[in-house]
Amino acid sequence: MSEPVIMMKNVSKRFGSFTALSNINLTVNRGERLVVCGPSGSGKSTMIRCINRLEEHDAGTIIVNGHELTGNDRRIDAVRREVGMVFQSFNLFPHLTVLKNLMLAPRLVRGTDKASAEAAAMALLERVRIPEQAHKYPAQLSGGQQQRVAIARALCMNPKVMLFDEPTSALDPEMISEVLDVMVDLAREGMTMICVTHEMGFARSVADKIMFMDSGEIVESAPPDEFFGAPKSERTKMFLKQILAH
Amino acid sequence: MSFNFDLVWSSLPLIIQGLGMTLKLLFLSSLIGLFLALFILLLRISGRWYLMWPAMAYIYVFRGTPLLVQIFVIYHGLPQFDFIRESIFWPVLREPFGCAVLALSLNAGAYVSEIMRGGIIGVDKGVKEAAMALGLPRWQQFIYVTSPIAIRLALPAYSNEVVSMLKATALASTITMMEMTGVARTLVARTFAPYEIFISAALIYLALTYALQQVFAWIESHASRYVKKER
Ligand SMILES: Nc1ncnc2c1ncn2[C@@H]1O[C@H](COP(=O)(O)OP(=O)(O)OP(=O)(O)O)[C@@H](O)[C@H]1O
Ligand SMILES: [Mg+2]
Repeated sequence: MSEPVIMMKNVSKRFGSFTALSNINLTVNRGERLVVCGPSGSGKSTMIRCINRLEEHDAGTIIVNGHELTGNDRRIDAVRREVGMVFQSFNLFPHLTVLKNLMLAPRLVRGTDKASAEAAAMALLERVRIPEQAHKYPAQLSGGQQQRVAIARALCMNPKVMLFDEPTSALDPEMISEVLDVMVDLAREGMTMICVTHEMGFARSVADKIMFMDSGEIVESAPPDEFFGAPKSERTKMFLKQILAH
Repeated sequence: MSFNFDLVWSSLPLIIQGLGMTLKLLFLSSLIGLFLALFILLLRISGRWYLMWPAMAYIYVFRGTPLLVQIFVIYHGLPQFDFIRESIFWPVLREPFGCAVLALSLNAGAYVSEIMRGGIIGVDKGVKEAAMALGLPRWQQFIYVTSPIAIRLALPAYSNEVVSMLKATALASTITMMEMTGVARTLVARTFAPYEIFISAALIYLALTYALQQVFAWIESHASRYVKKER
């Protein structure tokens, strides 16, 4: 039986008079991998940021791991601890070493003791293949390394779902694959993921479903074969033509 | 009348007698000012108008009036009120030393809280969001992520402020305090050689400023050890 991790029902979001999201309906089940694409300004980031309430939605319902997102701060913090997020610009804590970046949240909000937090952090650094960087500061790492640390930092909280917002768009081309490889590993291990990306190769090989957004709406949502092979909407076809051209 | 280099030299040890008082004023008022600034900052960024408004008024008043006027108001003005003379603060406010420290601290509180706020505003939004996304409650985000980064960003402006305060302690001489400028003024009254004596005082201030700058340069480089060189 499929168990929904994230449900959005008729979700809308405005910035002033500008509608960034209108009537978004979406279900992501446990173990499912959703790739989101769409032109700049189509609302991809806004949608993903509503899931852990970095943005507050104006209308509709969002349910994450069975908890509805409301104005209750404690409840929101509890939801955020179950939802890992990886940003385009890495956003590592610059004043902490790689190891401390990973240990901060488990120590503070889970009350994990130092030794086990450190052991867990080292294990995750092994998993993203940079244990040797543990004692460096983020500014001393390459972009690809920083993004892998950011993935490990999110995984430290044992999230039930991972959100990725264009994790490779700030990277030099030669570093993209080292980050995608880590994400493919995660997918293979059965992590539930929502990933905003224009890496169509990644989408094809990993996604259960690809979703195309435009002007704050979900235009089309289909499994990769169908999405690439027989897109229904004109807007999707246009977008695919542009993005696959280069 | 010609310039007397020997007098510059021979006044140095006399003026240095006021050094202890200068340092005491500086140390006490920057310490009290720092705590005050932190308190005002927390009000200022609380997001609640009834806390923000008094903090902004305080900052406006103390940044908007000359320190000399503040010193005079506190020293000459406060004793006119019975309730102040009867309060537990009277033993402090009766003395010029207490008045000078109070005025300097209040002034520093206003400036330093704005310096701290500047540091906080400078912290990258994405880094704060990362802390939020990990589920850290607001106060933990502030203490473990925002503050350490903000402190580094605010250090250069803060070190400037401490140097300004060093020079501001000279104003305490206007209410009879015998710090270095006060000592210099009595020497001038005795010797009628203002150039030499004040130049002698200026040399000591310069040396102190140099020492302060060295200390802060060290603190800044320590606080920035995690930032790549040449950013
Ligand atoms: N805080 C904000 N205030 C006002 N408008 C905003 C804000 N955040 C986003 N927007 C607007 O909402 C729209 C959707 O933005 P969003 O960042 O979700 O797009 P996106 O699909 O992620 O685009 P990109 O590919 O460029 O990242 C854009 O037009 C943007 O200008
Ligand atoms: Mg975006």
